[in-house]
Amino acid sequence: MTTTAATPTELTLGKALNAGLRRAVAEDDRVVLLGEDIGKLGGVFRVTDGLLDDFGPRRIVDTPLAESGIIGTAIGLAFRGFRPVCEIQFDGFIYPGFDQIVAQVAKLHYRTGGAVTMPITIRVPFGGGIGAVEHHSESPEAYFAHTAGLRVVSCSNPQDAYDLIRLAIASDDPVLFFEPKRRYWAKGPVDQALANPLPLESARVVREGTDVTLVTYGPLVMTALDAAIAASDDGVSIEVIDLRSLSPIDHATIEESVRKTGRLVVTHEAAQSGGLGAEITASVTERCFDFLEAAPARVTGFDVPYPAASLEDHFLPDLDRILDAVDRVLGRRNSLTGWSAAK
Amino acid sequence: MNTPRAATPSGAAHGQHLLTQMLRVRRLEEKCVELYSAAKIRGFLHVYIGEEAVAAGIMATLDPEDAVVATYREHGHALLKGVSAGSILAEMYGFQQGCCRGRGGSMHLFDAATRFYGGNAIVAGGLPLAIGLALADKMAGRSRVTVCFFGEGAAAEGEFHESLNLAALWQLPVLFCCENNLYAMGTALSRSESQTDLAVKAAAYEIPAWPVDGMDVLAVEEAARRAVDAVRGGGGPHFLELRTYRFRAHSMYDPERYRDKAEVARWIERDPIDLLRATLEGAGRLSEAEWAKMQRDVDAEVSAAVEFAEAGSVEPVDELLRFVYSEIRSP
Repeated sequence: MTTTAATPTELTLGKALNAGLRRAVAEDDRVVLLGEDIGKLGGVFRVTDGLLDDFGPRRIVDTPLAESGIIGTAIGLAFRGFRPVCEIQFDGFIYPGFDQIVAQVAKLHYRTGGAVTMPITIRVPFGGGIGAVEHHSESPEAYFAHTAGLRVVSCSNPQDAYDLIRLAIASDDPVLFFEPKRRYWAKGPVDQALANPLPLESARVVREGTDVTLVTYGPLVMTALDAAIAASDDGVSIEVIDLRSLSPIDHATIEESVRKTGRLVVTHEAAQSGGLGAEITASVTERCFDFLEAAPARVTGFDVPYPAASLEDHFLPDLDRILDAVDRVLGRRNSLTGWSAAK
Repeated sequence: MNTPRAATPSGAAHGQHLLTQMLRVRRLEEKCVELYSAAKIRGFLHVYIGEEAVAAGIMATLDPEDAVVATYREHGHALLKGVSAGSILAEMYGFQQGCCRGRGGSMHLFDAATRFYGGNAIVAGGLPLAIGLALADKMAGRSRVTVCFFGEGAAAEGEFHESLNLAALWQLPVLFCCENNLYAMGTALSRSESQTDLAVKAAAYEIPAWPVDGMDVLAVEEAARRAVDAVRGGGGPHFLELRTYRFRAHSMYDPERYRDKAEVARWIERDPIDLLRATLEGAGRLSEAEWAKMQRDVDAEVSAAVEFAEAGSVEPVDELLRFVYSEIRSP
């Protein structure tokens, strides 16, 4: 269980990440930050604001626009005992670094029979909702969750942002760290002296319920909690699970919930096909088929390239779409049955 | 003149050392071909026969603490950096006695203890790693050199350009060694590059670069010594274009439609081992008896390596799932 030792302070998610990074750099000389505009500018989203001033250019390294070079440099540093933290400026900018991540970072520990570790953290602001466009609003997490050897993590609130970034940096495995960019400015209490934060690979039940299990991560956790509040007004009790670790997945926590509720909805911004929702619904079906009262439902971005800003509200899962899926798994009237259906 | 670090290039012993090193690579590679044909080695196999002067000449100028990053044609580099022939062969057999427990295979030999940071199946994939190794040394204030080998085909990849830029921008202690054997698998340099003078590409990044006769191990060593001394002395990255040739197919079998037999024959006339042997014999620095002994010693090393590999075993199948994640757990 977690224990608290100090009075929490109110921080935005972005500031909480900044505080977590600051502490990691201060506590461990092996931690080095690399990325485009992370030094002088403090990052496009100011997540590394002030770190160059406090720790200097040897620890906070501004790089050219060279994602492959950044990741490869991190590998070489890791060979020599460093714990590099790379910032990829926007989700869509990770694609030029894909080869180094998938062909090298993910495989080196396995390929060398455990001779070297890759304690590299790759921070990626991801997701939509800020009126940006493709390459600046995407959710590429499934590519990496599909790749053995990588850990994939996403934070949804300031406390987790603070704890997870430190756990990611402390991990001897490579971690893809997806930061929900539209929640950078969301505030919440952060206890920086939390002695035993929930481990990196654990999901968290963020709201208990009895009728439907709603699994999500990153930016949609807040949306899912709003949906749960709205549903409770309607007499429906939703249990919300914040996945936190997208790879490996904490199946035990999901399974325990579904055995209780018998119903599962998964929601994420990423497109549906081949996404985390597919993985989770398939796993739940395999593991708890006899406990399911209805087919699991997915609420996701559509299988289209990320749309123009003017259409993004139609692309992103929202309260209404999530509640509609909840109605579907409960056998209530929904968008597929039509509103005049007898039920 | 720069101060020699490894040995005196002009001495008879040193000449014989270089010849021995090339011969060790040649005989090991010939044995690999034989073992591949006997299905002892599986997967892909890219041998270095014909290019030995490059690795031998450059490695002769390095200290044990210097790092090497190589390509998928890297058996010779691993051997000359100090990885034992036995653990190289066992690795190719896929046996746990290999340098990577049999998981890396022919293309991914790796041995951190000898600072051999791997072969790499991805063309140009190793260049950014060399940047990180060199940055680590620079941050720590160590006067070590990272040598990064790659083929001329890598010059068409983006990672080549990112890495040269980073090395020059940050003035890192990297020696880029471009093994120009004229063909990226089956595609001639002139069919893949708008600028075929590779030193010009490096010069565009303000990196001192020059071409070297890659069939002449003494020329390679001399150029490497100049470059390595400059890099070690804080002169920033340097780039050597080593003009060489592979005598055999790209991998074990290829129809070689992309080059004619006369061209191959012309290059074989400049076999790096024959060239140095003739030079040494002509200068009275290699007797017949010494040459015979050298061959016997090398053959014995290769035989012992085969014996070591043959006695190996595959990893237990229940270890298939090991090392996906680290078994070390940070507190």
